[in-house]
Amino acid sequence: MQHSVSIEYARCRGCTTCMKNCPTQAIRVRRGKATILTERCVDCGECIRCCPHKAIKARSDPFSCLEEFQYTVALPDPALYGQFQHLDEVGRVLDGLLELGFHAVYETAKGAELLSDYARKHPGDAAEKKLPVISSACPAALRLIRIRFPQLLEHITSTITPMELAAILARKKAVEETGLLPEQIGVFAIVPCSAQVTAAHSPDDLQQPVLDGAFSIRDLYLRLLSPMQKLDAPHTPSSAGKAGVRWAFCGGEASARGSSERFLAVDGMDSVIRILAAIEDDRVPDVDFVELCACTQGCVGGCLTVEDPFVATMRLRHLIRSLPDVACSYDDQVGDPAIVQADKELEFAPVYLLDPDRTVAMEKMSAIHDLERQLPGLLCGSCGAPSCHAFAEDVVMGRAQREDCIFQVRARMRAMTGPEDSDEYLPAPFRSKLGKVVPSDR
Amino acid sequence: MEAVKLVYPVEGGDLIEAGEASSKMKLTLKKLGLPPDVIRRASICMYEGEINMVIHADGGQAEVDVGMDEIVIRMIDQGPGIPDIDRAMQEGYSTAGDMARDLGFGAGMGLPNMKRYSDEMDIETEVGKGTTVTIKIKI
Ligand SMILES: Nc1ncnc2c1ncn2[C@@H]1O[C@H](COP(=O)(O)OP(=O)(O)OP(=O)(O)O)[C@@H](O)[C@H]1O
Ligand code: SF4
Ligand SMILES: [Mg+2]
Repeated sequence: MQHSVSIEYARCRGCTTCMKNCPTQAIRVRRGKATILTERCVDCGECIRCCPHKAIKARSDPFSCLEEFQYTVALPDPALYGQFQHLDEVGRVLDGLLELGFHAVYETAKGAELLSDYARKHPGDAAEKKLPVISSACPAALRLIRIRFPQLLEHITSTITPMELAAILARKKAVEETGLLPEQIGVFAIVPCSAQVTAAHSPDDLQQPVLDGAFSIRDLYLRLLSPMQKLDAPHTPSSAGKAGVRWAFCGGEASARGSSERFLAVDGMDSVIRILAAIEDDRVPDVDFVELCACTQGCVGGCLTVEDPFVATMRLRHLIRSLPDVACSYDDQVGDPAIVQADKELEFAPVYLLDPDRTVAMEKMSAIHDLERQLPGLLCGSCGAPSCHAFAEDVVMGRAQREDCIFQVRARMRAMTGPEDSDEYLPAPFRSKLGKVVPSDR
Repeated sequence: MEAVKLVYPVEGGDLIEAGEASSKMKLTLKKLGLPPDVIRRASICMYEGEINMVIHADGGQAEVDVGMDEIVIRMIDQGPGIPDIDRAMQEGYSTAGDMARDLGFGAGMGLPNMKRYSDEMDIETEVGKGTTVTIKIKI
């Protein structure tokens, strides 16, 4: 799988900030540069946010992709609407996108609203799942479950994401309206995060991608500003109601399902991990539905947005006041219940497993503990691993060498040279005694 | 095959942070590839034991031996001990204080749950000296 998150080699200084903040321990520093353990990365974008050198980027598609198609449709995420100051109508953003050269727009919020409507009308789908039912809308959370909480896979809704449903319906509509072949139509999502870029190209829940690409809100923002300002009254009516647009912030999906107040809406990777661990151990009683957002405040906090998530949420609240509660119905617009169903089983990806053979795994674990006991527990990061435990694991798994730990080197030096001076190899904070003080003349 | 030994100190007093030992253990058991149901039961027992050490005994230590066919969890504290084990084992019996109750603990379900989710459970305790709860879970 091709990840959207990638490290710009030239800018990275190997400072270990991202490595220490990665919620899945997917980053190591090798030869002075950060590298990503691909199979552990869930594209949550935490590293993009925390890198002090702006060396981590989310790759989205270049606009030149549009040229490959005769007809192009933009699928704006509702988080886009929260980015602009003084925006009075959603239609203005949609007009702006048309002005930029897209032939049509199809709101992802509409896909979201149709999914909510579907969920309300088909409570039986959820009844087949284990409780609490867990939303599949945030691809970063979904991938986290796939690598770390396999037992919870049976809780996840079997419907596709709003972006995917919007893409399927947008393409269908374009084919009907233009008479072109489906492959002559380019369907592009405008997304708030790296996880959605990755999901557009390699969906977890579909055999084949239904999108042709994804642009980031950030990349489009500046381009949109001037055409949006030039327009007088918006022409394109918005097609989604409050229920759909609310999916942009955490809690929106749960309230649009409208089932009960017994839901959890959880945002931020740390909280998501904590709640998933609690659900796994039956420690969260009386909950029917769990909405998970890897980002603070939900998609408005995506790593590829422009505006502060709290400000964007406030703006969206203001913007949706003029919208109807619900603007579209599943039965009228889609009908066929098969369309929203995922066609790929969510699979456990055992990326943390030490070995498929338990005897071997246990031997490795013992070796890891033995080595860890010899390490200082400083979490200094100079070995290139996020903790001494992770380093010990890397050594045993062949991803690193013992000598990468400066303290292991010290021990060896000490054995060779005796106790004198052996500390000088260490950075000052780690020396056990003061270095030689060279007296100055004055 | 020698058992893998895991040791987790549990700090007393801090109810908000409690649960760390069981979540660390869980990740380790996942790395070993144990059956999900075994991991879940071990984790539930460890969590309850950990909370008990925090609330009732001002902390202690959890020692876990992961063998080929069983997990043994020992939760050892130097707290006040349990005067009447039979009573403590009854569902609903609790001596938890107001603070713990406000945080949702004190339903008197911890020990009964540990009994239910484990294959064997043994309590050694001496008033004024401390308590060791030993749990076995078959793999
Ligand atoms: N480690 C311990 N040291 C001293 N007393 C204990 C210990 N563990 C349990 N007890 C006693 O046994 C009682 C019952 O424990 P149990 O775990 O079943 O319930 P609880 O901790 O009071 O409430 P809950 O576990 O439902 O939050 C406790 O209230 C306490 O009096
Ligand atoms: S919460 Fe939204 S923006 Fe953040 S990773 Fe998930 S889908 Fe992307
Ligand atoms: Mg208890």
